[in-house]
Amino acid sequence: MMMEFTLWDIIRNLLFAMRWTLALSLVALGGGAIFTLVLLTLRLTCGARVNRAISLYVNLFQGTPILMQLFLVFFAFPLVGIEVSPWTAASVCLILYASAYLLDIWYSAVRSLPRGQWEACRVLGLSFPQTMRHVVMPQAIRLAAAPSVGFIVQLIKNTSLTSVIGFEEMTKVGMVLTNATFEPFKIYGLLALGYFLLCFPLSRLARRLEGSSR
Amino acid sequence: MATYVLNFQGLADYAQHFASGLALTAELAVAATAGGVALGIIGGIVRNGRKNLLYKIWTAYVELFRNTPFLVQLFFIFFGLPELGIHLSAEPAALLALIVNLGAYITEIVRAAIAVTPKGQWEAARVLGLSKWQAYRKVVLPPAIRKVYPAIVGQCVLVMLGSAVISQISCEDLTYAASYTQSITFLSFESYMAATVLYLLLAVIMRHAMLGLGKVLFRGN
Repeated sequence: MMMEFTLWDIIRNLLFAMRWTLALSLVALGGGAIFTLVLLTLRLTCGARVNRAISLYVNLFQGTPILMQLFLVFFAFPLVGIEVSPWTAASVCLILYASAYLLDIWYSAVRSLPRGQWEACRVLGLSFPQTMRHVVMPQAIRLAAAPSVGFIVQLIKNTSLTSVIGFEEMTKVGMVLTNATFEPFKIYGLLALGYFLLCFPLSRLARRLEGSSR
Repeated sequence: MATYVLNFQGLADYAQHFASGLALTAELAVAATAGGVALGIIGGIVRNGRKNLLYKIWTAYVELFRNTPFLVQLFFIFFGLPELGIHLSAEPAALLALIVNLGAYITEIVRAAIAVTPKGQWEAARVLGLSKWQAYRKVVLPPAIRKVYPAIVGQCVLVMLGSAVISQISCEDLTYAASYTQSITFLSFESYMAATVLYLLLAVIMRHAMLGLGKVLFRGN
């Protein structure tokens, strides 16, 4: 079936789908940030065995294609008798993926603070949560801001891969539109523009933050 | 809840597919690395030069490719370019996409490395009577690239892992082998797990090979 699509129809459909790209990015970022904080606390307070397990997780997610991770999460749920939607699989996978990178960024920011600060806090009688909240976090956040924003750009771009497991975000809708209109040059060009409009301001922000933290 | 026993033996008949897929992924990784790093070094020099038209075009290229998904770049090159009369079959299209994508990232890495070269090095090169290109080749580039070499290696490995999506334009790479195998055997999880392990192995080998190569290349610097 060949349908007539005006330029505005194409843009409207892509913009509509951009909401799902954004929603997935926000869920992955929010969930990823929470999970990273849990892992970060474990890493700072637990022994060598927990640390080894965490760095195994980080290495596995950083050393394998995110497309494989998506497939594995998508097909792992049915193995234990749970059918999940592409949205759930994509969210779970991208949260795990985001944490593997954010933990690296945040942990090295926390570690780069002088040891003396931790010791001073202990001498002052601050608990671990108090030390984190009042001393470590305010400084670590400034150090980690630029690379974290840079990672958000990677995260937004990688949501495009969820089209492969059937999640209807911007790339998937672009593929469907191309099949309906046979205008791949125009549609994939507009699709690239859509991602560019999301990512370029963030890249600029990351660069500005990088400049100001020095 | 049903218990499921993983059946990796069911993949044995398809080992040949995985092997040839792995070979294509590895070949493309080597070619993309060579092309992307070469492109990136040229880009790093252009982005440190005079702000002429070439500089502006290269800046636009870098921003465009760093701020859009590889999958979309791949689709644009494979499906979109034929509308302009540029027809590429799947593998050349994939390789082109990998090279230009990697080239954009390496450009920024090399640009930053060249930008922090101490002024004295340039002056010394000029005093010695070296031309601008000789200065780049013999004085500025070797230590600059050496400094950011680990970042270059990291980016090359990331692009190899990202190449998994070229299966979407039916390049018969490692991911394609897994997708093909699971479409016949229905052993989806096992097929993708096998491919994932092979990717991980390839990433480790690639990282070590490149770091080893770096030790040879930068000997005496």
